[in-house]
Amino acid sequence: MAEATPIIRAEGLVKRFGKTEALSGLDLVVEQGTVLGLLGPNGAGKSTLVNILTTLLEPDAGRAEVAGLDVVRQARRLRALIGLSGQYAAVDEHLTARENLEMFGRLYHLPAARARRRADELLEAFDLLDAADRPLRTYSGGMRRRLDLAAGIIIAPPVLFLDEPTTGLDPRSRLAMWDMIRRLVDGGTTLLLTTQYLDEADQLASRIAVIDHGRVIAEGAPDELKARIGGDRLELTVARDGDLAAAVRALQLHSRGDIQVEAERRAVTMPVDNGSGLLVTIVRGLDAAGVPIDDLALRRPTLDEVFLSLTGHAASSELAAPVEWAESTPAEEVA
Amino acid sequence: MIALANTATGRDAAGALEPVVRPRLVSAITDALLVARRQLIHMRRIPMELVGYTAMPVMFVVLFRYVFAGAITVGGGVSYVNFLMAGIFVQSIAFSGPHTGITLAHDLQKGLIDRFRSLPMAPSAVLVGQTLADTFKAAISVVVMVGVGLAVGFRPGANLPEWLAAIGIMLLFTYAMSWLGATIALVVGTPESVDQILMTMLFPLTFASSAFVPVATMPGWLQGFTRHQPVSIVVNAVRALLLGQPVGNAGWQATVWCLAILLVAMPLALRLYHRTTSR
Repeated sequence: MAEATPIIRAEGLVKRFGKTEALSGLDLVVEQGTVLGLLGPNGAGKSTLVNILTTLLEPDAGRAEVAGLDVVRQARRLRALIGLSGQYAAVDEHLTARENLEMFGRLYHLPAARARRRADELLEAFDLLDAADRPLRTYSGGMRRRLDLAAGIIIAPPVLFLDEPTTGLDPRSRLAMWDMIRRLVDGGTTLLLTTQYLDEADQLASRIAVIDHGRVIAEGAPDELKARIGGDRLELTVARDGDLAAAVRALQLHSRGDIQVEAERRAVTMPVDNGSGLLVTIVRGLDAAGVPIDDLALRRPTLDEVFLSLTGHAASSELAAPVEWAESTPAEEVA
Repeated sequence: MIALANTATGRDAAGALEPVVRPRLVSAITDALLVARRQLIHMRRIPMELVGYTAMPVMFVVLFRYVFAGAITVGGGVSYVNFLMAGIFVQSIAFSGPHTGITLAHDLQKGLIDRFRSLPMAPSAVLVGQTLADTFKAAISVVVMVGVGLAVGFRPGANLPEWLAAIGIMLLFTYAMSWLGATIALVVGTPESVDQILMTMLFPLTFASSAFVPVATMPGWLQGFTRHQPVSIVVNAVRALLLGQPVGNAGWQATVWCLAILLVAMPLALRLYHRTTSR
């Protein structure tokens, strides 16, 4: 670990759009060969950061290096070393998948024949060979995203940026995308991935950085972070309205944080450690207390719950005050 | 497992993914041609686009030729259909402005420009390639219109050098308008506003010009504008050349206008392109 080399390094990045500050002094380091999940709500500054690191935007202050190259001064050389795949399928609608990949390959300045062969390889790897010669208009959203991802790795870039790669996809396409991304990562690519979903970051990333109001407010390995935000959530629905109080009494023992009660849904939510081990105990406890239940589930915290634990405000709340204390809790202390 | 990434085995299996290093200018040209090629594939995939692009001017030829010709006398022994054709050509190629602008704004919105900008290609290639492709498309529509014109009685009196000069001015004007459209797209960003701005600009410029009626028939206060605005000057030059009449100052003035538009629009558009993102 001591030998780890940073391949992405951002220091004090600031970017303003008119009056809004998208990034306000963001620092970030990503080690070579790792996957960093950048987790944050809409408008937190995730895309702005990706745009700066991929040379699309210039920062107003601060500096950043990717693969040892300055993102502003050495932008053109850097572009030959990175791949980008975004929340839009940035491919040409009227071209076929093969034509798209060939065009992008040649714009990466691969020799024509090599660009053609590379297109074939990628079409096969991304399970698009059958549809390779159809214009993209006929493609599903998931197929377009797969093609977009394929276009991002044409030159097998040492550093890959994926900006919300599964936003808007149905669950099945999402799983297929995750599978593709995992295979890339197994190959040793350094990946910076932005997402609004904790489970996505959890599934794919070796480290997670939580970003809010243009700053990293927490960072660590997924387990560390989950420990800080109180592990998994246990959600319980009781069968009868009158049982809520009894249910809370039975659960109190096992919660490691505040228990939340939503009376109208007859639901109780609480953070738990070692959730799966607890389930049996909890069911027995409720049974002994004579509380019948409709539903019992263990799930990852939502982005809102993560933000609530880390910052005291919900992710979607624009009115919440900026977080000050986070600066004094660097992730390293958790590790 | 298929090696997708930058591993030794992946490279061995797949063969090196090494870029060809070319001199900057060569690379700028080949990149621009790749972008232009993409636009020409579009032409094949969506033939309706070119049909739409050509149908309006063809309709104008027929309408003006048969609806207005009886009421309009242009004098100087020139028949109205001969007078009209240069106006229709120039009007239709002026629409390469919105054409380029709308296409570019769509690509911007879709994030495609972001991808192009993240590639190690020449920064000028997207704009140069697209404006060249759109100029080529406009040229095709002019060829179609010449055909339709000949069918409805257009009898150009130009010799070969005059034809070449007329074609040269039209291509230059198309290219200038195309860059103007690109610039506006990069400023306003959405296809709808590009369309609105350029239509609002082009309708007065093409109708309050010498394209469809002689300027002398307009009220005096309007003539000052009509005589000196670029569309009139380009129309006058093309018309004189096609009819084999003396061109006078219109020829060099039209060339200067086009070059001036390019001189402003090209650097501006390239600068804006360098800083633009879809979000």
